[in-house]
Amino acid sequence: MYEGAVQDLIDELGRLPGVGPKSAQRIAFHLLQADSDDVDRLVTALTEVKARVRFCTVCGNVAEAELCRICADPRRDPSLICVVEEPKDVVAIERTREFKGRYHVLGGAISPMDGVGPNDLRIKELMTRLLGGTVEEVIIATDPNLEGEATAAYLSKYLRELHVRVTRLASGLPVGGDLEYADEVTLGRAFEGRRLIDA
Amino acid sequence: MPLVRAGADQAVIRCAVVRDGRESVVELELNPGRANRARLNRSPLTRPRDILGTLSTVLFAPEDLALVKGDPAERRRFLDDLLVARQPRWAAVRADYERILKQRNALLKSAQPLLRKSERGRARRSASIVPGEDPTRAVDDALHTLDIWDGQLAECGSHLLYARLRLLRDLGPHLGTAYGAVSAAVTEAHADYRTSLSGPVAERIGRGEVPEAAQLKEAIRTTLAQSRPQEVERGVTLTGPHRDDVVLRLGDLPARGYASHGESWSLALALRLGAFALLRHDLGTDPVLILDDVFAELDAGRRTRLAELVADCEQVLITAAVPEDVPASLVGRTYAVTLGSVDPS
Ligand SMILES: [Zn+2]
Repeated sequence: MYEGAVQDLIDELGRLPGVGPKSAQRIAFHLLQADSDDVDRLVTALTEVKARVRFCTVCGNVAEAELCRICADPRRDPSLICVVEEPKDVVAIERTREFKGRYHVLGGAISPMDGVGPNDLRIKELMTRLLGGTVEEVIIATDPNLEGEATAAYLSKYLRELHVRVTRLASGLPVGGDLEYADEVTLGRAFEGRRLIDA
Repeated sequence: MPLVRAGADQAVIRCAVVRDGRESVVELELNPGRANRARLNRSPLTRPRDILGTLSTVLFAPEDLALVKGDPAERRRFLDDLLVARQPRWAAVRADYERILKQRNALLKSAQPLLRKSERGRARRSASIVPGEDPTRAVDDALHTLDIWDGQLAECGSHLLYARLRLLRDLGPHLGTAYGAVSAAVTEAHADYRTSLSGPVAERIGRGEVPEAAQLKEAIRTTLAQSRPQEVERGVTLTGPHRDDVVLRLGDLPARGYASHGESWSLALALRLGAFALLRHDLGTDPVLILDDVFAELDAGRRTRLAELVADCEQVLITAAVPEDVPASLVGRTYAVTLGSVDPS
C-alpha cells in the first residue's frame, strides 16, 4: 500500500478493463514522473469524453450530439437497419463502404453466464423504432460466435412478427471471432451475400 | 509434478517433429499466472490450440486405471481427446459444446423463478411484442431464450455425439485385438456407448448402430423438451453428450464392478493401445507412444506382452523409477534423470 493519492490512483486504474494490479502500479508511477503538460492533456481528454460524448438516442452509437453522425445524415437510407453488438462494429462496417443504411447498437449479446439477457440489450428501442413503419430490412450483424448467433436467433423470431425482411450476414466470416477483426473485403462480401432468415 | 522449476518464471518445452520427411520445431512456453504460448517453427501462434495435430502422441499412465474404474467423465474425456487426436477440428466443436452448456445452465439457474411460472416449461403467447410491456412477456422471453440454447445444444451436441459413435465403432476392433494381446485371455473386450437420450434413436444407439447426425439432433431436441420440467426444477442440463458414458465389457459382464485388478489394467492398457492402432491406421504414421511409469503397475506376464507389443512402434518413451521394472527385451537409449539434470547412462 502507498500513501493516499498514489494508492487512490492505483485503485482507480485497476478498475479499468484489462488492467491488472501490476499494470495499474506501473501506469501510476509513469504518470507521477511524467511532465505536467502530458498529464494535463490526459486529464482534458478524459473530461471531454465524458462531457461531450454520449450515446445516440436513436441508434445507441457513440455521438457528440443528440443524434450520431450517421442518424443525422439525410443521405443514409432509413429503410435499412444494420443491428450490431458494439459501437466498434459500426466502425468496422463503415470501413467497408458497402452499407448505406443506418445502425442499431445493442450494447452486447445475450450471454446468461455474464448475466446478460434480452432485457439488458437495446432490443426494446429497436422494436419501438421498427413500429414506426419506415424500416423494410433489418440486417443482423452480431458477432459470428455462439452468443452472437443466439442473439440473432432471438431477434429474428420477434422481427419476423413485424413483417420486415430479416437478413443475416453471409457466412465466410471467421467463425468464433469478433466482427471488428474481419478485414474490409471479407466483411464487405458478407454484406453482399447476406441471406434471408426464413421462418 | 510442477513443470516450472522452483524460482524460475517459466518453462519451455521444445521438440523437433519429423513428419512426412519434413522437420518442424514445436515450442510451448508455460507461464504460470499468464497465458501459455505456442510457437511453430519460431513463429508464434495466436491460439495455442493450433498446435494440435503437429505432434501425435498416445500416453499410458497409472491414472488410466480410472478409465475402467472411474466416473463416466474419464471415459468421455478419453473419447473426446481421441477425436481431437484424429482430427484437430473437433477441439473447436468440443469447446463450443462446453460453452453452450455453461450458457444454458446459467440461464436455467438465473431464469428459474420466471421459468417456474410457465406451464410445464412451454410458452403461452404474450400480447406485446415490445419487451417489458406485458408481464407474461418476461416468462416468454426466458422460454424463448432457452429454446435458442436448446437449438444450439442440439446442433453442436449432435455433431459431437455422431463423432463419438463413429469413433467407438472404429475403435472397437482395435480394442478387442489389443485386449487379447495384453491379457492373453479368451474373454473379449467391448465398449458400448450409453446415451442420455431416450426414444427410438437411443434404442438404435444401444444396439450399436450409428444414426445420422440429423436424427441425433432431432432426438436431442425431443429429449430436451421432455426433460424440461425437471431441468427447470433442478437448474441443470440433464440431456446431452455431457451425460453419456461408455460401458466397458468383458464378455457379457460390465468391467466396472466385475473385472479383477489385473483385468482392469489390461482393459485400460487395451484402450490406449487400441487408440494407438487407430491413429496409426488413420494417419498412416505412428504416434509417439509414452509409457509413463506403468511397468511397475503390471505383473510379469503383462510386462512381457506389452514389451512385445510396442517393439515395432516407431518411437516409444518409457519412464520408470526402477530400471529393473522395464523388461530387458526393450533396448534403446536410456537417460538418468536426477535432481535438475538429464544424462545419458
Ligand atoms: Zn445514431
